[in-house]
Amino acid sequence: MEKKVLLAIKGLQIEGRSGDAWHPIVKGVDLTLHKGEVLGLIGESGAGKSTLGLAAMGFARDGCRISGGTIDFDGIDLRAASEAERRSLRGKRIAYVAQSAAASFNPAHRLVDQYCEAPVVHRVMAREKAEADAVELYRRMRLPNPEEIGFRYPHQVSGGQLQRAMTAMAMACRPELIIFDEPTTALDVTTQIEVLAAIRDIVRQFGTAAIYITHDLAVVAQMADRIKVLLRGSEVEEADTRKMLAEPREDYTKSLWAVRSFARPEQPPATGTPIVSVRNVTAGYGAINVLTDVSFDIHARRTVAVVGESGSGKSTTARVITGLLPPRKGEVLFNGKPLPPGFSARSRGELRQCQMIYQMADTALNPKLRLRELIGRPAEMYLGLKGKALDDRIRDLLSLIELEPDKFIDRLPGELSGGQKQRIGIARALAAEPQLIICDEVTSALDQIVQEGILKLLSRLQDELNLAYMFITHDLATVRSIADEVVVMQQGVVVERGPKAVLFAAPKEEYTNLLLSSVPEMDPDWLNRLLAARGEPA
Amino acid sequence: MNAILAMIGRRLLMGLLTLFVISVVIFGATELLPGDLARELLGQSATEETLAALREQLGLNDPAPVRYWNWLTGVLQGDLGVSMATKKPISELVGTRLENTMFLALYAAAMSVPLSLMLGVLAALWRNSIFDRASNSLALTAISFPEFFVAYILILWLSQSGFFPSMVRITPATTFGDMLYMCFLPALTLTLVVTAHMMRMTRAAIINLLASPYIEMARLKGMAPLRVVLRHAVPNALAPIINVVALNLAYLITGVVVVEVVFVYPGLGQLMVDAVTNRDVPVVQAIALIFAAAYVLLNLIADVLSTISNPRLMHQR
Repeated sequence: MEKKVLLAIKGLQIEGRSGDAWHPIVKGVDLTLHKGEVLGLIGESGAGKSTLGLAAMGFARDGCRISGGTIDFDGIDLRAASEAERRSLRGKRIAYVAQSAAASFNPAHRLVDQYCEAPVVHRVMAREKAEADAVELYRRMRLPNPEEIGFRYPHQVSGGQLQRAMTAMAMACRPELIIFDEPTTALDVTTQIEVLAAIRDIVRQFGTAAIYITHDLAVVAQMADRIKVLLRGSEVEEADTRKMLAEPREDYTKSLWAVRSFARPEQPPATGTPIVSVRNVTAGYGAINVLTDVSFDIHARRTVAVVGESGSGKSTTARVITGLLPPRKGEVLFNGKPLPPGFSARSRGELRQCQMIYQMADTALNPKLRLRELIGRPAEMYLGLKGKALDDRIRDLLSLIELEPDKFIDRLPGELSGGQKQRIGIARALAAEPQLIICDEVTSALDQIVQEGILKLLSRLQDELNLAYMFITHDLATVRSIADEVVVMQQGVVVERGPKAVLFAAPKEEYTNLLLSSVPEMDPDWLNRLLAARGEPA
Repeated sequence: MNAILAMIGRRLLMGLLTLFVISVVIFGATELLPGDLARELLGQSATEETLAALREQLGLNDPAPVRYWNWLTGVLQGDLGVSMATKKPISELVGTRLENTMFLALYAAAMSVPLSLMLGVLAALWRNSIFDRASNSLALTAISFPEFFVAYILILWLSQSGFFPSMVRITPATTFGDMLYMCFLPALTLTLVVTAHMMRMTRAAIINLLASPYIEMARLKGMAPLRVVLRHAVPNALAPIINVVALNLAYLITGVVVVEVVFVYPGLGQLMVDAVTNRDVPVVQAIALIFAAAYVLLNLIADVLSTISNPRLMHQR
C-alpha cells in the first residue's frame, strides 16, 4: 500500500540548555509518517521521545531549541514557517494529547469550554456547532453522560474520563495528526484498557495519523502499526509492530523486551509469629471509612504485595501500620505484641522497626542535605552512632546499595539519577535497621531497566538482612517478579489474599481476575481478544 | 452556593472576633498614653478642685474595665463618643473625614489597580524583555522612595509649573470634577507607592503558572501568547492577586497619613495625628477602630472573592 507521506522529519537535532551550555537531546533522528498511520515511539525517560513528538508540531519547550534538520508537515516546512503559521496548524491540523490529563486541563474552565477553544479560535466551526460536536465525540469516546460531562470542571471528572475527554478535545478540529504523549501511563490498568480501546477506535474511524509515545511495550504493541525505538536521542531501530516484537534486531531492543525476566526464587510457606499482623483494621478520614476490616500478616524474609487501583486504600493501610493514621477499630501487632495506635505514643525502638520508601524519590529526599546526612541521621537518631562509627556505617550502607562510598558520600540528591535517588531512599530506610520496610510504589516512577535493578537490590537485601517487605503497587508485573503473598484490595476491602502462585494461577474473585487480565501483554492481538472475551466491540 | 454563604458567615464572625480583640488592644494602648487629659484641657493654671470635677464629669476616675465597657457599648450602638478637645460628637468629626479618605483611596485605587494589573500581565507576557525590566525597575524605584519624597518631587514638577494644585481645599462648593483635579497629585503619589507591590505579585503569580502542563496544552492548541496568559493563566492566578490588591487597598485607607499631611488633605489620617497631639483619646480610639475594620472587611472580601474564583471550591465533586 502506497500512502501519501504526511510528516517527514530528517536529521532532526534538538538541544536543551543547562546553565550556559547547550547539550543535545535529539541527535539526528529521521521519521516518516504516512496518512492514517500510527507510529509508536518507545524508549526510556530521557530518550527524547516527548521532545521529538513536540517537534512534530514545530514546538520546542522553554529551554530547548531545534538546532538542525527539517520538519515537513504536508508540504509545509515547520522550521521555516513563522510562529503565526505554526500556531494556525497547532490544534487544527496537528493536535496533542498529554500524559496527565488531570494536569493538562485548565482547572478554571469547564471541559466543553476548553473543547470549543481550538475550533472557535481557528475558525473551524461556530461555538454552537462545536458544542454539539463535543457531545458526539464524548459519546464516541464512550464517556458516561456525554450531554452533561462537558459542563463539569476537570476536578469533577475521574482521571480515565479526563484522558478520554482530552482525546475528544484533540479530535475537535479533525486533525490529520495527533501526538499521544504517554496518554495512559498515569491510569490504573483497568481504566487503561477503556482508554486504549477508545483512542484506537477513534483514530481508525477518522483515519487520523498518530505518533504514540510510551515506555510500555505492551501498550504500544496494541496501538501502533510501526514502532521506532529511541535511546538517548538516537534511533536504535524501526520496524513493523509484529516484526519488531517477533524478532528485534538490536541488543538494546532485546534488553527492553527481556526486562521482566527477573523473578525472585519461590520461598517455602512462612511459619511462626509474623513480624506485622494487621487485625480487622477500620480507618478513615473525616466521616469516610477508607479501610473496612482489613487483615493480613507479613512474615520475616517475605514480601507481601498489596495491589489495587488508586483509591483502594493501599497507602492508607501503610499509614495505619506506621501510626500516621490511628485506626478506628482493630489493631496492628508487631512480633505478636500490639503497637500503640498513634506514632506519638510509640517508643523510639518501635518506630525504628518500621521504615518507609516512597514513590517519588525526588521529593522524598531533602534536596539541601548531602547523602552523609540523609543516611546518617536515622543511624544517629535510632542507634546513637557518632563520629567514626557513624561514618563507617554510612559507608557500609552506600556499599550495600551498590554506590561507591568515596564518590557519593558528599553529594547532593540533585547530582543523582532517578534510580540512584531511589537507592538512597532504600539506604535511609536500612539505616534504622528495621524489621519491616514499606515500599510505596517505589518503582513506578522509574524506567523498566532501572526498576529491575532496584527490585534485584531489594531482593538481595531481603535475604541478607532478613527483612519483611510490604510492597504497595498497582503494577502487577512487579508483583509477579518479587512477591511471596498478594493482598488484593478494592475500595478499602481485602478482596482476596494468598500465596502469589495460587492467586495468579486461579484467582477466586471476579475482581482479581479483572485486574490480572487487564495487564497488557506483548501480543498485538491481546486487546482485541480481551475486548472480545469481555463482550465489548473490538 | 450555601457553602459560600456559610463561609461568609463564618468569616464575618471571625472578623467580629478580631475586631473585638483589636478594640481591647486599642483601649489598652491608649491607656498607656502619658499625660492627664483634664490638665491638658484646662491648662497649667487649673486648680485641683476644677481638675477633679472635670475628671468626674468625663468619667476618668472609673476603673479601666468599666470605661472600656462604656466605650464598647457606645460603639456598638453607633455612638463613638464625644471628642474631649472639641466637645463635638466624634461621628460628626469623623464623617466628612472618612468620606474624604475613601474618596482619595478609591481615586488612587482606580488608577493603580488597573495600571498594576496591566503592567503585571504584560511583564509576564514579555518576561525578561526590555519592557519587563524597565517596568520592574521603575516600579521598584517608586516604592523605594519615601512617600513624602515622592510627594515633594511631584509638587516640584507638576505644581510649581502650575499644572496641579499642591494643596487640597475642599469647600461645600467643590464639584466632583474639581475634586478629581485637586486630588490628582496625592492620588498619583499613592499610586506610585502601591503599584510596584501589586504589579510584581501579578507578574510572579502568572509566571509561576506558565510552566504548568495546561499552559503548554493551550500553546499546543495554537493559542496566541496573549490569549494563553489572559484566558489560561490569569484565572488561576486570581487568588494571590486579589489578596495583594486587598492589602494595598487597606493600605490606601489607613496608611495615607504622610501624604495627607504633605498635601494638607482633610482626611482621617490628619485627624488622627491631631487627636494624638491633643491627647484626644476617644477620637484616636474611634479612628483606630475604623482602620482596623477596613482591614478586616477588605480581607474578608478578598477571601470570598478568591473562593468564588476557584471552581474547585465553588463546584464540589
